[in-house]
Amino acid sequence: MYPSRFNYEAPTSVEAAIALLTEGDGEAKVLAGGQSLIPMMKLRFASPATLIDINNIPGLDSHGADADGTYRIGALVRHADLEKSTTLPDHLPLIASAAHLVADPIVRTRGTFVGSVCHADPQGDWASCMVALGGSIVAQGPNGKRSVEVKDFVAGPFQTVLAHNEIAIEAVIPAAKGTRAGGYLKLERRVGDFATAGVGLALDMSGSTVNNAGIGLTGVGAQTINAEAAAAALIGSSLEADAVENAARLAAEASNPRSDHRGSADFKRHIIATFVKRLASNVQRAEAQVA
Amino acid sequence: MALDEIKIGGLGASRRRVEDNRFIRGKGNYVDDVVLPGMLHMEILRSPLAHAKIKSIDTSAAYAIPGVRMVMTGEMMAARNLAWMPTLSYDTQAVLATDKVRFQGQEVACVIADDPYIAKDGCEAIVVDYEPLPPIVNPTQAMAADAPLIRDDKIGQDNNVIFDWAVGDREGTDRAFAEADLVSEISMHYPRSHPSPIESCGSLADYDRSTSKLTVYMTTQAPHIVRAAVSLVAEIPEHMIRIISPDLGGGFGNKVPVYPGYVMSILASILLEAPVKWIEDKSGNLISTGFGRDVYLKGQLAVRNDGKILAVRMHTDSDHGAFFADAQPSKFKIGLMHSAFACYDIPSAHLTARGVYTNKSPGGVAYRCSFRVTEAMFFQERMVQAAADDLGMDQAEFRRVNLVKDDDFPKRTPFGFLTDSGQYEKCLQIGLDAIGYDDFKKEKEEAKARGRLLGIGISTMTEPLGAGNSREYDILGIKMFDSAELRVHMTGKAILRTGAKTQGQGHETTWAQIVAHELGIPAEDIVVEEGDTDTAPFGMGTYASRSTPVAGAAVSMVSRKIRAKARKIAAHLLEVSDEDIEWELGRFYVRGAHDRGVTIQDCAMAAYSNVPDGMEPGLENNAYYDPPNLTWPFACYIATVEVDPETGVWDVLRLVAVDDCGVRINPMIVEGQIMGGLTEAYAMANMQFITFDEDGNCVGSNYMDYLLPTAWETPGFELHEVVTPCPHHPIGAKGIGECATVGGPAAFVNAVIDALKGTGVRNIDMPLLPDRVYEALQTGKDISGHPPVKTD
Amino acid sequence: MTLFEEVAPSGPPSDIPTTRVELRVNGETRAAQIEPRLLLAHLIRNGFKLTGTHTGCDTTNCGACTVLYDGQPVKSCTMFAVQANGHDVTTVEGLASSEQLHPIQEGFKDEHGLQCGFCTPGMMLSAVALLNENPNPTEDEVRWALSGNLCRCTGYQNIVKAVLWAAEKMRGDA
Repeated sequence: MYPSRFNYEAPTSVEAAIALLTEGDGEAKVLAGGQSLIPMMKLRFASPATLIDINNIPGLDSHGADADGTYRIGALVRHADLEKSTTLPDHLPLIASAAHLVADPIVRTRGTFVGSVCHADPQGDWASCMVALGGSIVAQGPNGKRSVEVKDFVAGPFQTVLAHNEIAIEAVIPAAKGTRAGGYLKLERRVGDFATAGVGLALDMSGSTVNNAGIGLTGVGAQTINAEAAAAALIGSSLEADAVENAARLAAEASNPRSDHRGSADFKRHIIATFVKRLASNVQRAEAQVA
Repeated sequence: MALDEIKIGGLGASRRRVEDNRFIRGKGNYVDDVVLPGMLHMEILRSPLAHAKIKSIDTSAAYAIPGVRMVMTGEMMAARNLAWMPTLSYDTQAVLATDKVRFQGQEVACVIADDPYIAKDGCEAIVVDYEPLPPIVNPTQAMAADAPLIRDDKIGQDNNVIFDWAVGDREGTDRAFAEADLVSEISMHYPRSHPSPIESCGSLADYDRSTSKLTVYMTTQAPHIVRAAVSLVAEIPEHMIRIISPDLGGGFGNKVPVYPGYVMSILASILLEAPVKWIEDKSGNLISTGFGRDVYLKGQLAVRNDGKILAVRMHTDSDHGAFFADAQPSKFKIGLMHSAFACYDIPSAHLTARGVYTNKSPGGVAYRCSFRVTEAMFFQERMVQAAADDLGMDQAEFRRVNLVKDDDFPKRTPFGFLTDSGQYEKCLQIGLDAIGYDDFKKEKEEAKARGRLLGIGISTMTEPLGAGNSREYDILGIKMFDSAELRVHMTGKAILRTGAKTQGQGHETTWAQIVAHELGIPAEDIVVEEGDTDTAPFGMGTYASRSTPVAGAAVSMVSRKIRAKARKIAAHLLEVSDEDIEWELGRFYVRGAHDRGVTIQDCAMAAYSNVPDGMEPGLENNAYYDPPNLTWPFACYIATVEVDPETGVWDVLRLVAVDDCGVRINPMIVEGQIMGGLTEAYAMANMQFITFDEDGNCVGSNYMDYLLPTAWETPGFELHEVVTPCPHHPIGAKGIGECATVGGPAAFVNAVIDALKGTGVRNIDMPLLPDRVYEALQTGKDISGHPPVKTD
Repeated sequence: MTLFEEVAPSGPPSDIPTTRVELRVNGETRAAQIEPRLLLAHLIRNGFKLTGTHTGCDTTNCGACTVLYDGQPVKSCTMFAVQANGHDVTTVEGLASSEQLHPIQEGFKDEHGLQCGFCTPGMMLSAVALLNENPNPTEDEVRWALSGNLCRCTGYQNIVKAVLWAAEKMRGDA
């Protein structure tokens, strides 16, 4: 309940924040929404020497699509901003369907999308969505910006490839190859529970044909899992039963869950397969309604 | 004219709560809100291991932190003979560990500092060297021949068994089983759970050297018991101790025991001569304080082909953690487990119970129940459903055959309690009608044909509330009666104090209603105070739904004493003899001359200004109430559920509750209690439990793992009532606060098991997590949920 | 006492850096000299003596500490007080004027939406945030909006009724 002492900095530009991170020499941490970091500090699982609060940096709090369809989510966009967005469901049905399942309604007013990806909790929802969408994180450091695909960005449980003096300033989701479809399902025992298992499915469709697919798995491994083979099984299909069945099986095989009080490893694998099928069937149902 | 009782906020009025006026403004006064000048703060360092020798404790780095005033260890406590304290079950419990730690989360040291942040810094700086020992997390391990001895501190304790206890008629039961057409047997585990009020425990101890007086603000449901305990443990004279239990953020049994943290804060205040505040964090609360349940059952019913139950046999193994610290009447080692089957007419019964030590936190408190009746009624209703299914009889009909009939009262229960009233079949029928029992059974069959799994579960039970009568019920020899003190001021306003302690039940509102009912003084003219041992009369506190049955009765009785005196004053004022005085609500009048009368307020004024010769002035009194029997509310809960066969997730479709708690003092509050109780029942059936891994690590020591349902998951409830007044309670009321938590879980579990009917599954241990339900569906086998939890 | 200067008997150890913050609390500007590690909930409770904001857990689950931060509900145990510099905070004490209760307060009392009262302030502030955005919520919307606040006593049914009661009153339907 009582965090350790730290130095607090509240820079007003990304550059200043990077300079402070450089100065911190690995002992400084960026504070955005703080909804994962502060609880860890209260339990003293984390005790950074310096906190660099980026909430006062202008220009990081917007999200939207570029002319070419590329979607950008700034580092200070809160979960609730996405949940309440009226335009997001058309652009990114996967993100829209996951937004109201992240944590609980109060945490969502404060926690950030990019911060959640950077937290790299294997039970985090957003990294799975980003993996499914082939999204990237833009990291800015003393030598400028670089873009890292989220599947490569997460390096392990609670670990990313961010250098100690880099800040994740935005998430970028490439334009769809067709019409975007998909969604997110997670098994949680109650609101705010960590996922027993979760699946994010992103599809780019031409009519009923899948042009491109991505599947991210939550809570079933030491880190977010990119179920590439499962996604590949859907590409070119029209979500026929055998293609979906195949993808579900491959997704379950890609998962690497452990047995714990939330369920056995077998059960979690079964949930992964079940959710892949349910998500695909939801897409078909939506297609049928449009048609 | 007699007053309109509802208008003056008397019996039966859904009076809006008086205490809400401060709570809705954020002006409640909880322990953590109390601030004293020069106050210091205490934090506790807890053991990370479940079982380990303490080789050394180095506190030097903690002392080096500016702002740290003192570090206390077991060694320091031992030097003052305070390293161990007595429990409420004739055992001892470590205040701070000296020799070894016996559960994860056990208190090892504490730091007192200028603020809690620094105190926490201090805890972090303490270095403890442990030598791990093998941990024990369930009774099977505890009773194994080669099990390590947990309580090596106790002379003569050469194994991990705490007690072997039995009750009932063994021979009669054996005979009945020999004659039975069918023996239905089922085994299950009622998992460890935690009452988990949102407010954790805490204390603010303030020892004043100049007066030798110790004042302690404390989260306690039983302040007078604490005063006695502190006096005995700390050897401070009882009149020099003042325990103040201010507003409590819930209790549910968790705030009955005396915890090490309280004792530490008291000693720290004495040593430092400053007020010392300890506010427990949530992890500390969940990992170390009084849990509930953790009982394993093997149950058997001897049944005749026509559905008649001939006998019950139960054996329980209970896991009490490292110290036997159950808060319960001392005579009964497994609480009132033997109240099981009290609503059924069963000739004989026998219960054997064994309790063991494990490397888990101590407790076994009455978590929203009257001492293990939650386990008793859950086991009962699960056994009843299994027997009905084994027999192939409809579960409602099976109950109907066996429920005690209305004109059979008073009736001895299978284990010998005396029940005195009830309309059991009527309650059951109201429930069945409300849920549309026959229609649902048809709907269930139709749904099954389409691959959907619906289920319906019933739970009927009567439970013993309101311990006690003092012949049978005591805690460490202290008789379980209660008290009330009423002072009527000269203007007819009044103050009432009781030895109970409200923690959300609304005593400030309902006690005034009882006085209004007895005296006709409007409820709004009566202030109610509890929780300060310097002002409140002695009482055993509030738990086990005993406030209305015992303290509430005392409120009635003291009001009647006041009325008796007022009658004499009225006779004096009206210049007639006592015998010529009649009473109607709020007013005495002369028999035969209704318009010649005086109000209770007139009498109050006269008590201070115009008493008859020879009468003591004033209008105040007290009453100690020793109930002749327990009260026996009855309940019927019926749940319908749908199980998702692909995920094992189940949703509650409807929950119908029919409660008979006798006369309802404040129907609004009664319904609030029932809905709160049902929610905890749902929580235990669905998600809420504490388990342990093979290393003895507690899984469920924070709200990320110990799940309380939110508004989103919690189902809606449909409430119905039957009123059978309690024949011995002054106003016919019975306990109600815990019925739904006691009887509710079986309704949910029975419904899920009913949905799985035909698969061969007879039991899934609570909570019915999706993976357990799914695995049961896949394998057709019962699912056990006892620790250690399977991990890889 | 390093948490809050006004109540410090001896002042913080000199080498501990503190920061001055100024924020609007229930419409009034309040200032404090604080350590950065002080949680907002503790500044509100111990510094500003507004003890209606409660802390019920260590893990950002219970919501008893919920306040409105620039109009949005936040768990004040999961923000540092220093972050609130220049911002606007509403606590339960700011809901009523001296004469008039907020409809949500009336609703909680009238519908018996509270028992022990510990979760109530946070619960009411979450409800107010909902009603400010959605004056006519359904029961499900209320349940969803309150799902970051735990109550152990009521079973939520009366809380939901209380919020719907307040919604009706605020819309002027009653």
